[in-house]
Amino acid sequence: MAEAAKAEAGVTAEAGAGPQDERGRSEGRGPGTPGGPASGATIVLENLTKRYPGNPRPAVESVSMEIKAGETVILVGPSGCGKSTTLKMINRLIEPSSGRIRIGDEDVTAIDPVKLRRKVGYAIQSSGLFPHMTVAENIALVPKMVGWGRTRVRDRVEEMLDLVGLDPREFHGRYPRQLSGGQQQRVGVARALAADPPVLLMDEPFGAVDPITRDHLQDELIRLQRDLHKTIVFVTHDFDEAIKLGDRIAVLRERSHIAQFDTPEAILTNPADEFVSGFVGAGAALKRLNLTRVRDVEIADFAAVTVDEPLQSIVELLRAGQHNELLLLDHRRRPYKWLRRGDLLRARGSLARSGTLVTHTVTRDATLRDALEAVLTDSGGRVAVTGRRGEFIGVVDMETLMNSVHEMLEADRLTALEHRHELDQVRTGREQDASPVAGDPGGDGEPPS
Amino acid sequence: MGFWQFLSTRHQQLLVDAYQHASAVFQCMVIATVIGVLIAVLTYRTEWAGNLAVTTTAAILTVPSLALIGLLIPILGLGVPPTVTALVLYGLLPIVRNAIVGLRGVDASLVEAARGIGMSRTARLLRVELPLAWPPILTGIRVSTQMLMGIAAIAAYASGPGLGNEIFTGIASLGSANALNEVLAGTLGIIVLALAFDAGYVLIGRLTIPRGIRG
Repeated sequence: MAEAAKAEAGVTAEAGAGPQDERGRSEGRGPGTPGGPASGATIVLENLTKRYPGNPRPAVESVSMEIKAGETVILVGPSGCGKSTTLKMINRLIEPSSGRIRIGDEDVTAIDPVKLRRKVGYAIQSSGLFPHMTVAENIALVPKMVGWGRTRVRDRVEEMLDLVGLDPREFHGRYPRQLSGGQQQRVGVARALAADPPVLLMDEPFGAVDPITRDHLQDELIRLQRDLHKTIVFVTHDFDEAIKLGDRIAVLRERSHIAQFDTPEAILTNPADEFVSGFVGAGAALKRLNLTRVRDVEIADFAAVTVDEPLQSIVELLRAGQHNELLLLDHRRRPYKWLRRGDLLRARGSLARSGTLVTHTVTRDATLRDALEAVLTDSGGRVAVTGRRGEFIGVVDMETLMNSVHEMLEADRLTALEHRHELDQVRTGREQDASPVAGDPGGDGEPPS
Repeated sequence: MGFWQFLSTRHQQLLVDAYQHASAVFQCMVIATVIGVLIAVLTYRTEWAGNLAVTTTAAILTVPSLALIGLLIPILGLGVPPTVTALVLYGLLPIVRNAIVGLRGVDASLVEAARGIGMSRTARLLRVELPLAWPPILTGIRVSTQMLMGIAAIAAYASGPGLGNEIFTGIASLGSANALNEVLAGTLGIIVLALAFDAGYVLIGRLTIPRGIRG
């Protein structure tokens, strides 16, 4: 993250000079890493409205919301509710009819939209890559437009490809049509992030890829965001996706009226009204599994050997009696086969023919729902957890999952209770405020709301 | 005199005619391409303007070439000016039509993506829309060239340059010894030139259409 580090240096060393510093100042701190480099900026929407000529009802009516720096906010709602329009008003692809947009400290409602958009990353459904340009050319577009030098652009392209998990040497010169849907989407995200914008807008970016790839891309985005702390506004109609990705979710009804704007946990356990609970849908407990990641639960050790180990020692290990089962890893320590005690005998000592292949693995960023799915389909009732390069870390089994779900739901219940309690307090507090209270300078003369 | 003998005695004149023919068509094509693409760029965004451009250029094409050149002679005189004007006018339709269709056919989500990442109007046009519309535009240019090859022969009527002179001389002296040879040489020359140009366009297509959108 040389880029962010540079920006950081810009703030401390040469305050008040140059565009580098300009961006540095607008940067907020990510919630996850206090003191670490972060590049999000606050977005404030004030009474944003969009009217189309010839239509008496506005498409978006008076949306106000504050999105904190480094936060991922999901706009979710039924189709036609104006969520996409709201998003496009942030980078003014659609000019708002009235209202204000502030990004960082700057009111961007009236600045040159082209300049605004270069500071705001934009990723859309089916990637929006230009088919006549190579992957590298696509990614280099924005950095070139904002005037980066040639070598800096080249390094950045490599860095971005690496960041989204594509081998720069392999993908650099490819054309979009030579990529799979998921790879295109990764490049789309890389292009959106190339000039290191503080804000990233994503308009149903994973809507057009198959469910498995979508899952991977979502995990990937979570991983990226943990490192980058951009301010992300993400539009989707898929509530499960919203739960999985969002720090906060805004459930929108028609004309982009905000039905509820809260954390996923709060929306699941405490939906504001009929509309929200209808949108949340059935199976809130199952959906709750999407909110917790494998890294948050206990990952158990499991006896594992690599294929490089001599056959004799594997047999010994199985015979020693401690383990009924072993996990066989390949040369790169990736899970390969589950090996039971009798398997080797039956296959007459041939490793190639014994054991059952590992079909499912999960990463530490996978949700518990993914893990549960894998556990349920596995014959042994457990799933291997792998690291970034697919290497084996440990296993999660049914028991662990059950326990953590119980704990989770219990904790949710408590918070919901507390929340309600707080609300009650606030309400009674407001009633008290209605009568003038001494020593409250802000409340002087203000009518009670 | 046999045809081959005719060719060998007249080859110098024939080569000059062929060169002038090719050069006239080439230059007119460059002008027609620039004007045609410009018209398309200016009109494709609005429904009626684009349609007007296509209809107008189509109307020009319906005027018989001999008549158009005949009409141009009193205004522009004989020789090169009426030839160039007529050829450019005839060449416009395929280019304008294909360019408008091509530009309108660019995926709207790509244009929006280009806006979304902060490309200015000019950048969008030059870096996204025109490159993506280039294959149909090139096809238009190709069709146009084939057409102009034939029409350019009529230019000899206005004392223009090219292989048309052979054909017209031949027709004027029908019955004489070399009449048929002259017409034949002119016609075959035009066919050979047309094929050569077409091969050239295939090569240009290879070189200028990015691999990412080559069909």
